[in-house]
Amino acid sequence: MQRGKGMKFVEDSRVLDKESRNKIPKDYSEYPGRTEAFWPNFLLKEWLVGAVFLIGFLCLVAAHPSPLEQQADPNNASYIPLPDWYFLFLYELLKYEFAAGDYVVIGTVVIPGLAFGALLIAPFLDRGPERRPSKRPIATGLMLLGVIATIWLTYESVEAVNWEDRANYSVEAVPDVEIDEEDPGYEVYQNNCMSCHGGQLEGNPASGGPSLVGIPHGKEALKDIAVNGVGEMPANMFEGTDEELDQLAEFIISVNEQANGEGEEGESEEESE
Amino acid sequence: MLHKLYDWIDERLDITPIWRDIADHEVPEHVNPAHHFSAFVYCFGGLTFFVTVIQILSGMFLTMYYVPDIVNAWESVKYLQTQVAHGQIVRGMHHWGASVVIVMIFLHTLRVFFQGAYKKPRELNWVVGVLLFFVMLGLGFTGYLLPWDNKAFFATQVGLEIAESVPYIGGDLKTLLAGDPEIVGAKTLARFFAIHVFFLPAALFALMGAHFIMIRRQGISGPL
Repeated sequence: MQRGKGMKFVEDSRVLDKESRNKIPKDYSEYPGRTEAFWPNFLLKEWLVGAVFLIGFLCLVAAHPSPLEQQADPNNASYIPLPDWYFLFLYELLKYEFAAGDYVVIGTVVIPGLAFGALLIAPFLDRGPERRPSKRPIATGLMLLGVIATIWLTYESVEAVNWEDRANYSVEAVPDVEIDEEDPGYEVYQNNCMSCHGGQLEGNPASGGPSLVGIPHGKEALKDIAVNGVGEMPANMFEGTDEELDQLAEFIISVNEQANGEGEEGESEEESE
Repeated sequence: MLHKLYDWIDERLDITPIWRDIADHEVPEHVNPAHHFSAFVYCFGGLTFFVTVIQILSGMFLTMYYVPDIVNAWESVKYLQTQVAHGQIVRGMHHWGASVVIVMIFLHTLRVFFQGAYKKPRELNWVVGVLLFFVMLGLGFTGYLLPWDNKAFFATQVGLEIAESVPYIGGDLKTLLAGDPEIVGAKTLARFFAIHVFFLPAALFALMGAHFIMIRRQGISGPL
């Protein structure tokens, strides 16, 4: 037996059963055409496509830094869960009445199980010899239905999300502030504002209270808002003496000044690195 | 010099047939975009593999900084994201690659389906391919718990509730994934890390190996 380079092979390595050859779709080698050697000609072209793809991919990566939300807090009852986009179709499906509550098994097991199960064994369901989509309308129709349903559910789910509110979950949305709990204004804040604006003045998307860090108002305007409300905030949320109102406004302003000061320090630190 | 080295190894291990099986074949005209531009649909499988390689490499670098426990996980990701040189790029590649690989594998699946390329004799390769799709979704699901931010925590809780709703085995399934029938916590993070970094990649490599061996043995399907 000859060994090493130039070794002779009796058959092509793509072994085919001679008898079944007529029953299966013809192999490409049956079609004479302009074939090209994989090594090195075609591989070079593949590398070029890969390089172009990589450039586009890196542009995406550079333009959109990956998101990071605030550290997991199991006690955060106001958080609205949202999966990654490729699970949104399932998330949306579970909102329908026939696939939720008592019937949740239909949404979590039956429908996805049937769809993915059928996908898995598709070759054994669609056994005919025809390959053209138009010649096998049932398979083509069911697949189109599945794809359209998935895209539609994903779209519906994305539409239902308030993306501006979700931006508040991001780690960048929380300014680094240390709340001075000794401040007399903090106690006033705790009693009057905290339920909607949060323990760190970070706001609370569930109750609609915005962050109080980074707001432009001066002392008088803050006092006015606390008493008379603004936008969706109702009037008379503040209950207390005029002195407490003064302390509250000063406290909120002091936190804002601290956040602004720290923000600048943070930036200069990064620059000096 | 290289030739001598090759001959030396070849004389002992007979590697030429291996090389022949891997690379020495003709690419047919109908899959070559240089001849028919519409043949670009045949690129999606290769691009899926390409992004998978990006995921493996970027993931290997991420584990150099990532700490899989609930106290440090989020801090380590934040540190990587904001302090480590090029950490943002590497994490970005892994984050966006997870999305792009799903898109590519989806397009590849559609191409194979609508061309009827899964028909005899390629049924097994289709089954392996769909299993690869499931493994990819599993990697996506276990991967986004790891940063331990609110999105991760609450989405995982929902995912575990879905697992729990499975009849008969739901409770056990949830316990197997989360490490506890009730708590989503330290054990859950450790398990998801193990699944994401060891179990599923092992399944991925085995299935990809089978996928590629079958392609090489059967060749690509003929034109429609």
